[in-house]
Amino acid sequence: MTAPDRARPGAGGVGDSAARPDGVRKVIGTFAYSSDLRHDDMLWGHTLRSPHAHARVLAIDTADARAVPGVAAVLTHADLPAATHYGLEITDQPVLAADRVRHHGEPVALVAADHPETARRAAALVRVTYEELPVVHDEATATAPGAPVLHPDRTDAYAARVPHPNVLHRQPVRRGDTAAAAPTADVVVTGDYEIGMQDQAPLGPESGLAVPADDGGIDLYVATQWLHADQRQLAPVLGLPPEKVRITLAGVGGAFGAREDLSVQAHACLLALSTGRPVKMVYNREESFLGHVHRHPARLHYEHGALRDGTLVYVRARIVLDGGAYASSSPAVVGNAASLAIGPYRVPHADIEALALYTNNPPCGAMRGFGAVQACFAYESQMDRLADALGLHPVDVRVRNAVDRGDTMPTGQVIDAPAPAAELLRTVRDRPLPPERPWEPTAPGAAPDLRALPGGLSNTTHGEDVVRGVGYAIGIKNAAYSEGFDDYATARVRLELDGGAPVATVRSAAAEVGQGNVTVQAQVARTELGVTRVVLPPPDTTLGSAGSSSASRQTYMTGGAVRQACAAVRDEVLRIGRERHGWPGGALRLSGGRVLDAAGTPVGTLADVLRDGPVERETVFRHRPTEPFDPVTGQGNGHVQYALCAHRAVVEVDTALGLVKVVELAAAQDVGRAVNPLAVTGQIHGGALQGLGLAVMEEILVGPDGRARNPSFTDYLIPTVLDTPVMPVDILERPDPHAPYGLRGAGEPPTLSSTPAVVAAVRDATGLALRRVPVRPDHLVADRLGTAPED
Amino acid sequence: MRVSLTVNGRPRTADGVWPGESLLFVLRERLGLPGSKNACEQGECGSCTVRLDGDLVCACLVAAGQAEGAEVTTVEGLAGPGGDLTPVQRAFLDTGAVQCGFCTPGLIVAAEALVAADLHPSDGDIREALSGNLCRCTGYEAVLAAVRLAAARTAREATAGAETDAR
Ligand code: FES
Ligand code: FES
Repeated sequence: MTAPDRARPGAGGVGDSAARPDGVRKVIGTFAYSSDLRHDDMLWGHTLRSPHAHARVLAIDTADARAVPGVAAVLTHADLPAATHYGLEITDQPVLAADRVRHHGEPVALVAADHPETARRAAALVRVTYEELPVVHDEATATAPGAPVLHPDRTDAYAARVPHPNVLHRQPVRRGDTAAAAPTADVVVTGDYEIGMQDQAPLGPESGLAVPADDGGIDLYVATQWLHADQRQLAPVLGLPPEKVRITLAGVGGAFGAREDLSVQAHACLLALSTGRPVKMVYNREESFLGHVHRHPARLHYEHGALRDGTLVYVRARIVLDGGAYASSSPAVVGNAASLAIGPYRVPHADIEALALYTNNPPCGAMRGFGAVQACFAYESQMDRLADALGLHPVDVRVRNAVDRGDTMPTGQVIDAPAPAAELLRTVRDRPLPPERPWEPTAPGAAPDLRALPGGLSNTTHGEDVVRGVGYAIGIKNAAYSEGFDDYATARVRLELDGGAPVATVRSAAAEVGQGNVTVQAQVARTELGVTRVVLPPPDTTLGSAGSSSASRQTYMTGGAVRQACAAVRDEVLRIGRERHGWPGGALRLSGGRVLDAAGTPVGTLADVLRDGPVERETVFRHRPTEPFDPVTGQGNGHVQYALCAHRAVVEVDTALGLVKVVELAAAQDVGRAVNPLAVTGQIHGGALQGLGLAVMEEILVGPDGRARNPSFTDYLIPTVLDTPVMPVDILERPDPHAPYGLRGAGEPPTLSSTPAVVAAVRDATGLALRRVPVRPDHLVADRLGTAPED
Repeated sequence: MRVSLTVNGRPRTADGVWPGESLLFVLRERLGLPGSKNACEQGECGSCTVRLDGDLVCACLVAAGQAEGAEVTTVEGLAGPGGDLTPVQRAFLDTGAVQCGFCTPGLIVAAEALVAADLHPSDGDIREALSGNLCRCTGYEAVLAAVRLAAARTAREATAGAETDAR
């Protein structure tokens, strides 16, 4: 293994906390997000959505809506010019409902008008006649005899493999002989767990501007995670060849998986093409909650068998994910949940089944952690139960079984890169604990600091019933696309002179969603080409795909593509330099615009070569191939790379009122190589806080009628700065020999372990079993209310 | 209706305003100042925070007519005319408090108000002052660091300035 390249510190290369190229525009307010776009003569689009979770659509009458002054178009399924359905993998999602709606909030009609309020009011005048149908909302109702079948005409690849047509995909993973091994375990712990529906809640609303073009095509400016996946799904819906559907990334206000599926894209384009005018669509917060997929709620059943010393003998797991009404990325979520079901632990015998259901609940798809989050809450809760049963420290039972390089996952895949699970666990365990009772006044006679108490400024307690707890967890996540997917990224790099100085222009279609991929691309170019100035034009579909800004893959993939393109540019520069300028053979480096030999002696400058014209190269980068999991045994080298993060949570719980205050949430994560330490730390903080949200507050409440009850920031709670603990971070760098610069995808792992760590700490404080997240006050005060504790 | 107000020191007028429009809509869509963001339009997230006659408000909760004759400061009005960033803006960049940046304008307007009022805020004070601004990306740690840094730098500059004056 060669040492990763180190740029000069402070030069903005790989390994530096380089500044964001879009940072200044973001702090002065001139960075244009998708909801900020304007066009002279533009119309505003609005979507009418179903109030029912499951209903037949008997009639749609648009006459009154069309008659509203200022309305330019009202569209229903009858007006669709071409394909009527789309989907990321399975084409099962209607562009507009035809004869049936399958979830609350399903789009039924579109309006374009000259003012957003006109469009909203006109949409309310579209008369839709529904006949409500029985609602399928969980495994029992979805697979009961006579249950309504959500997609009776399935032709997807999974249809033939599933036990019931309302099961979208099912993946078993079997290793060893669990039945034979079970009797040899000294202790067995079983548990049933439940996870509520979490939302990505990116702050930037779904929005975009579609501009009809003279050639009959469309130019779409939109916030998305994957421009080319949008283009691939849009072209058939619009009845246009892909090259006439041109997509440019507009500023993205966070994503976290919410922008993997289409939202405004098809609707804005359809309205623009039908009116011949630019159409802007911006969801309000309620529509955002209804208009994008969520994290899969899950029910999980686990059984762990272990020897008296804590060594795991076998695990049985069954994971039921609620996919909602349409497939979205559920098949891949199932694959992740199944293959990562037992966590970063060595287990010789495993019997796992994960499945996703079609129901009439809101559709679920990608969210940070993608199937691994649900499993992690269950397996980490189980590890704590095991520690309890054996009288071991929770970290000790984990360390005893912790994987490292060379160990085998239940899929049979051997981990062939560092995976320091034990070291990460010890790192968080060994941190000093925060001071006890931080609200107590330091000076005699002073008042307690209410802000440090559960309940905070509400003044609900002065600490009488407050108890502290500490909890630990670790999670394992794959990076990049798995199961044989042809995952690649394209980049084009051009090196030229501008005012006599070399400048690199780096182009890719990678979506910058806030994570800092633009910073990383510039850092790579500076490191590889020895330049200071790097220009990054906005991503669009005129260049090849960069794949999705998801699955913790973009630094690896587009970073890898930019590195590869830079290497090609560098080779060409050196070749020209040797041929035309007599530069020596052997190893030459580019640094500070100069060309240096192995001893560091300058032999020429970039300008020598670039004076004759720019050098440009485009390349496609692929990670090493993966395989599909066997449909029966789940065996296969399905993943590219594994990443680990561990957390220790310290909480204080007011046991009288059921209020939780997370005091500290310490993380340790192995990132392989911190390409941008400041950005990596930011990812760990942000990811951990989303996991904390799932632990104690975030849930879309869906009634048995399938309706989302709290689609607003008033009722769907995301952590504020007052809910946020101190979050110390330890970053380990154990390079992955297979990855560019040794890096490891970093965005998702912190979201896995923070949830079970916080819940473990609340259990430690209260002694309650707590099988469901988010943990609510009534779970914590059940004893006092005279009802049985939730268990 | 017509709404006249002063935005970032400049008199501005918007015509044809529908009475149900918010100050946020007028700023963003009619006056071409989209720096204040529209993340919830319900007063819950703070992305649209502006100063209205000196007070911090959620522009989405202010009816356009209420702003008639008022002085409004948006994020666009903070940096100096030469583009010099304020200490708060610089600190947000230095600490990595900007990821997607959608919360940033609102946070910066709120943080400016805090730093203007208190150059030595405790962490509790900073948390309290920013508790009306949601951020989904950063986990707030870098935001807290930014406010601490901006306050410390401003305090240092004030002391240095005072010493120069005394000489
Ligand atoms: S947009 Fe005004 S508070 Fe959220
Ligand atoms: S940086 Fe994205 S919401 Fe704060």
